[in-house]
Amino acid sequence: MAPILEIQNLYKNYGSLEILKDINVSIDSGDFLVLVGPSGCGKSTLLNCIAGLEPISGGKLSIGGQDMTNVSPKDRNIAMVFQSYALYPTMSVAKNITFGMKVRGVDQSTQEAKLAQVAQQLQIEPLLGRRPGQLSGGQRQRVAMGRALVRDPKLFLFDEPLSNLDAKLRVEMRTEIKALHQNLAASMVYVTHDQIEAMTLATKIVVMKGGEIQQIGTSAEIYNRPANLFVADFMGSPAMNLIPAKARSNDDGTYIEILRKDGEPIVLTDQVNRDLPSDVIHGVKHKTLDRRAASPLHRVTCSSR
Amino acid sequence: MADLVISPARGQSQAVRLLLRWSLYAALGFFVVIYLMPLFVMVTTSLKSLEEIRTGDLVALPREVTFDAWLTAWSGACTGIKCEGVQPYFWNSVLIAVPGVAISTLIGAINGYVVAQWRFRGANIIFALMLFGCFIPFQVVLLPMARVLGIMGIAGTIQGLIFVHVVYGLGFTTLFFRNYYVTIPVELTKAAKVDGAGFFRIFWSIFLPLSLPIIVVTVIWQFTQIWNDFLFGVSFSQAGTQPVTVALNNIVNSTTGVKEYNVDMAAAIIAAFPTLLVYVVAGKYFIRGLTAGSVKG
Repeated sequence: MAPILEIQNLYKNYGSLEILKDINVSIDSGDFLVLVGPSGCGKSTLLNCIAGLEPISGGKLSIGGQDMTNVSPKDRNIAMVFQSYALYPTMSVAKNITFGMKVRGVDQSTQEAKLAQVAQQLQIEPLLGRRPGQLSGGQRQRVAMGRALVRDPKLFLFDEPLSNLDAKLRVEMRTEIKALHQNLAASMVYVTHDQIEAMTLATKIVVMKGGEIQQIGTSAEIYNRPANLFVADFMGSPAMNLIPAKARSNDDGTYIEILRKDGEPIVLTDQVNRDLPSDVIHGVKHKTLDRRAASPLHRVTCSSR
Repeated sequence: MADLVISPARGQSQAVRLLLRWSLYAALGFFVVIYLMPLFVMVTTSLKSLEEIRTGDLVALPREVTFDAWLTAWSGACTGIKCEGVQPYFWNSVLIAVPGVAISTLIGAINGYVVAQWRFRGANIIFALMLFGCFIPFQVVLLPMARVLGIMGIAGTIQGLIFVHVVYGLGFTTLFFRNYYVTIPVELTKAAKVDGAGFFRIFWSIFLPLSLPIIVVTVIWQFTQIWNDFLFGVSFSQAGTQPVTVALNNIVNSTTGVKEYNVDMAAAIIAAFPTLLVYVVAGKYFIRGLTAGSVKG
């Protein structure tokens, strides 16, 4: 089966400014792809490119096996949930949800049936007659999701949908989005700067920085085997401790020396002879430290990245 | 705490406060009188007979109220050689102002929507140039405009005057709507695009319903501008198409024999009445609309 979303060598420039550089990603049907990175890394721009809201400067993009590089957003068979929810302020909740169908000329009875189904699914039936201004943040969020769901798209796009909610509601909605993904077996692309959100939701994570992809992988891969220093530092909470060290190897194994200002260097050993440059950064995850040990240093596992 | 400190001097401070309050009212009352005096004189004079005006006091109330002057002003006063009052010119002004306001408001709304929500290369420059148009004095455009109207074949017509007012008003209406629409998140347009709505669909279904406060502001502004305009009216009209402001001028300036102050006053009030009405009806929206951009909807 063709990947549901395939991006090949995508570039995006504003004038001479390169926003996205050589992006290659593909996901299969049912995947939950999370684009994560610090602000200004281009993740939202990439999402807008996928939606067709921003034209791309180079490369190819296909959704559901069809080339969508120059197709307008409405014909891409996508639905999008925005950070500010972007509900139409003068329309009732029901009208907000059915607006897209009305524009596409779906007949009245189908509209009503779908509205009822989605409203039931998201438990927003009592809100249908209200205006967005009369809803709480969480309720607006649900309506925005309803507007996306009612479309039955090939691909759902989420642009930091939870960042305007309070911490408690954010966790609740996160669970709900995860459940929705599993129940619908839908394919989703989700942008966030919150790496916990990324870790918990994704089946596949893309870590971005400065318009370039740093690493693509599952949560476990990204967490356990970060591809570079940036990923190691950015993902995980609390962040991995990164300590400059010297490495040397001989037949007995590898020695990592952490120099200290006021004392003997701490030396870590590994039985395997690893081929390392002499200057390395030693990464220690907090969870690998064991408090019960008399001296924690003895329990540090040596990861030779 | 603060109360405790003040309390010994309370009696005195209350008297002072009362005095201040009353001087405030007195000052306000004084300005109200100054402001309303001309209107008062106009209304009372228009209700007096010529005989009474000649013999009586300027600020005195009419001894005998008569609406003759109003009738004359409306349908009998002479503007040059014709003597049919301000009535036909009043309708000319309506015919100019209503379409002029409607067209310039609608085009301004579309312009503002484009400049604020469909950012394209050069949008800012185009907007700056339109803004520049707001500051061009009337007198500068008179000659070129006369030429353009001549080329278009609508010189001296009502349509010609509508055209002039629409063109001159666009800078302002665009500015109003643009400033209102930039406060609306661009995501709204994006969501509508994903929903499949096109340029005009988004405008009609989403932006126009949001625009009531700014429409009121624009309509008041444009109506006042167009209705009160004299220079364009006198430059680009001919006999039969003059607006009421020009007719008023002609009535006041083309008296033969006795100057009929009561008729002049009545005609002036008639000419000013529509703008007054618009303010009274929509005034509260005007203030609200001017500050509406600063509050998120």
